[in-house]
Amino acid sequence: MREKILQIIEKNSRIDLKELAIILGQEEAAIVEEMQAMEQEGIICGYHTLIDWEKTDIEKVNALIEVRVTPQRGQGFDNIAERIYKYPEVHAVYLISGGYDLLVSLEGKTLKEVSAFVSNKLSTLDSVLSTATHFVLKKYKDHGTVLAKKPVDERELITP
Amino acid sequence: MRNPLSERIVGIKPSGIRKFFDIVHEMKDAISLGVGEPDFDTPWHIREEGIYSLEKGKTFYTSNSGLMELRQEICNYMKRKLDVVYDPAKEVIITVGGSEAIDIALRAMVDPGDEVLIPQPSYVSYEPCAILANATPVIINLKAENEFRLTAQELRENITDKTKILILPFPNNPTGAIMEKKDLEAIAEVILEKDLYVISDEIYSELSYKDEHVSIVSLPGMQERTILINGFSKAYAMTGWRLGYACGPKAIIEQMTKIHQFAIMCAPTTSQYAAVEALRNGDEDVAMMRESYNQRRRFLLHAFEEMGLPCFEPYGAFYVFPCIKEFGMSSEEFATRFLQEEKVAVVPGTAFGDSGEGFLRISYAYSLENLKEAIGRLARFVARLKEEKRNQ
Repeated sequence: MREKILQIIEKNSRIDLKELAIILGQEEAAIVEEMQAMEQEGIICGYHTLIDWEKTDIEKVNALIEVRVTPQRGQGFDNIAERIYKYPEVHAVYLISGGYDLLVSLEGKTLKEVSAFVSNKLSTLDSVLSTATHFVLKKYKDHGTVLAKKPVDERELITP
Repeated sequence: MRNPLSERIVGIKPSGIRKFFDIVHEMKDAISLGVGEPDFDTPWHIREEGIYSLEKGKTFYTSNSGLMELRQEICNYMKRKLDVVYDPAKEVIITVGGSEAIDIALRAMVDPGDEVLIPQPSYVSYEPCAILANATPVIINLKAENEFRLTAQELRENITDKTKILILPFPNNPTGAIMEKKDLEAIAEVILEKDLYVISDEIYSELSYKDEHVSIVSLPGMQERTILINGFSKAYAMTGWRLGYACGPKAIIEQMTKIHQFAIMCAPTTSQYAAVEALRNGDEDVAMMRESYNQRRRFLLHAFEEMGLPCFEPYGAFYVFPCIKEFGMSSEEFATRFLQEEKVAVVPGTAFGDSGEGFLRISYAYSLENLKEAIGRLARFVARLKEEKRNQ
């Protein structure tokens, strides 16, 4: 049941719990209990909203930064990752296999702000060897949702 | 000038769906619960394979029976799903949708005067195809109290010494009814006793919500007297690709292939390449879609219960078939009024045979959001009708 709940709320966290119970053929109380358990276990980490900021008047700049670092003895990459992810402007930090170590997703108000973060804060960390900053020009799809266009139902209204 | 038309063709009734379709089309802003095809797009990896085949220049005819690679995949699928073995070289033909398979199976098997048993409510093309094949269609009216399953008794009552074929359309469009193993065993017994053949249209086989779909071909003695029809439209959301297939005894498939060869040549090549990919790597897509349909099915049944609209629990396809007899209107009157007053299109049960009178076909090949809006309007309409009835 957990997998099914998660699959549904990953796409629609606002779904009514009663409705969730109906479509899964379960009792509402059982759904509530399961969701609370998953919240406590840290499986469900939040109920966020997917926003296409481009369609608003609010300016935002997103960047993906490749970071090469020196891992620390006994700590690996965890310490340095923590030092980076504690900045609130950092959206996501991933440890990556391949040509670099950490991928940092950053959101700022302006280009200047992002550049300042990289040059003043990120690059100056002791373990950071190098950075490569990529600015996001356009988001086509995010969190499994296509942002560009709304699909229209092209089917005939009545078919056998 | 001589009459250019064939009397036989002119004598065939146009589809009842068509008539309602025209009414709906005049209503510009109507929303619909009337479609018989999935709301999902064909999974991208399948489409991509079709595109790739075009890029590689795979734009020629295939063999009449279809790509060997695809027939082999179909045989693997039959083994995997039903544990039956078919020879890809002689016992499978790829057709233009399941519809063509129905047509050529009938034409290959009947002579004038042979009777074809057609349980109804069911898909609109069996009866006309039987007539086009020069056979005599004999309708078996299925009953709501049997959840629209075919019983051995109903079958027996309609058999004459001219009966040759039973069409077995389960999981069923429009009722959503299925036949479980015990139901099929009872039917198979009669088929064997009376020496009949079966055309089993299992186009909705992947959309079964109770247990795994059971086919009559997996019962003892039945494979040699059954043409099994399936296709890619419903399971893989590939309606527009027009691709289906039939599996059956070599002697019948051979004659079907002859008709197909002269009338069609071969099924679309691009679709066949895409279908190979569907069968090889599409199981997860099918499971995802089935789960979605099942959620919507539960949602609808619950909604009907809340608005007090009687409906048996359908375990297959993507239709529910609620009963509207209590309102004292025909299905067509109900559907027309519902369309006019609430701007929602549903298909009257009578479009699928006289025994659909008093029922509506409601499709759940729509997102939950769309269903919620449409069902909200149905609830409002039903409440209004109940109110009218009380005031009378």
